[in-house]
Amino acid sequence: MSKFAVILVHSTSHAIHAERVLRRAGFTVKLIPTPRDLSSDCGSALRITVEDQSAIELLLAESRVAIDRIEPLDR
Amino acid sequence: MIYLDNAATSWPKPDCVREAVSRCMKDVGGSPGRSGHRLANDAERLRFDAREALAGLFGVSNPMRVIFTLNATEALNLVISGLLPPGAHVVTTSMEHNSVMRPVRAAEKRGASVTVAPCRTDGTMSPSAIEEHIRPETRLIVANHASNVCGTVLPIREIGDVARGRNIPFLLDAAQTAGCLPIDLSADNIDLLAFTGHKGLLGPGGTGGLVIRDDFDISLLPSLTHGGTGSRSEQETHPDFLPDKYESGTPNMIGLAGLTAAVRYVRERGLGQIGEHEQSLTHLLIDGLGNLPGVRVLGTGDARKQTSAISFTIDGQHASEIAQALEERFDIMCRPGLHCAPQAHRTLGTLPEGTVRLAPGPFTTDAEIDQALSAVEQLAQAR
Repeated sequence: MSKFAVILVHSTSHAIHAERVLRRAGFTVKLIPTPRDLSSDCGSALRITVEDQSAIELLLAESRVAIDRIEPLDR
Repeated sequence: MIYLDNAATSWPKPDCVREAVSRCMKDVGGSPGRSGHRLANDAERLRFDAREALAGLFGVSNPMRVIFTLNATEALNLVISGLLPPGAHVVTTSMEHNSVMRPVRAAEKRGASVTVAPCRTDGTMSPSAIEEHIRPETRLIVANHASNVCGTVLPIREIGDVARGRNIPFLLDAAQTAGCLPIDLSADNIDLLAFTGHKGLLGPGGTGGLVIRDDFDISLLPSLTHGGTGSRSEQETHPDFLPDKYESGTPNMIGLAGLTAAVRYVRERGLGQIGEHEQSLTHLLIDGLGNLPGVRVLGTGDARKQTSAISFTIDGQHASEIAQALEERFDIMCRPGLHCAPQAHRTLGTLPEGTVRLAPGPFTTDAEIDQALSAVEQLAQAR
């Protein structure tokens, strides 16, 4: 099982919004091209570690950062 | 050279603005939202910096509610055309620039109805002048914050209060005040704010936008343009989420880089300090011009009730000839004529001749104002 998950977003603006909020809170995140098997969108997504996922979900909701969904990353 | 045309566009710009533009062109080459390589992502980060800086300036908590357009005019067109289908009614004021009057008249031609609430001959108005014209089908109230002709400031908080009480969106044209006067969307009851980046905000031309209050329902406002956003690329219909709903095509990245630096400069220097400086220059100009024989200053005559756009006439002289003489004999740049605001000049009683407008800015000095006053004095004596 991969230790990563991926935050899928509606647009790159949202990816940067999430990146900004998460990095300010001290989370390690990496902007990656959206995996084609998870979404047909050709933009960017955010890779996070699985152990941070629930804390990140909470923070994004509190900060009103709009995301599509979070999926496990199989690699 | 003395530059007194800051109401048209501010000059000079702070050094940090020029440096940011240059750095963007040199180091941030990508197109935001397109592809996911480092240069594209850096461009998106830079655009987000711009959204954050402006959201902070205007008191909006969500930076994604800052939309970038070519200028204030495009933002005004987006809202006016979007909220006024045939049958809808709009209330505006008799001190508006053509950036409001022309899209409003275009909506009227398509079947909307328009009420132009009258302002007094000094450009001021009572909020009740708006309220008494509201109808059941009124879908928008739109007003400028300050006149581009004579600087008179409208009571926007009270107008916003009226709009909020009647549940009608209030669109503010802040072209003359963003970066000069404090504006807070919540406190001032503004639903939609059109701003320009190149005047009081001291950024490059070709920048501006629309700021949307946190609780404004964007399903009410259709997109003005449709096209590539980098998002939902598999769909042939335009996205309905912010900011993409109102932004399509490749943005002006070097402009936004400059604008971000400019807004940070303005916030660091402080709106209070800039406002006081401009008010003091305005006071000097109003006082000095008012003492010259044959010179008439438009507006309230009170520097505390206006921005630093000061309009005057000289009895028996044409505005265009005064401006030409100011440049050729004294190297002073100003703007004569109607300032794209015939409605405002009609209200002030200066249509069709117009006025001469002197507009100092954050970098204008007292000595430059003294020289300008001396120049106008010499021209007035020659009449």
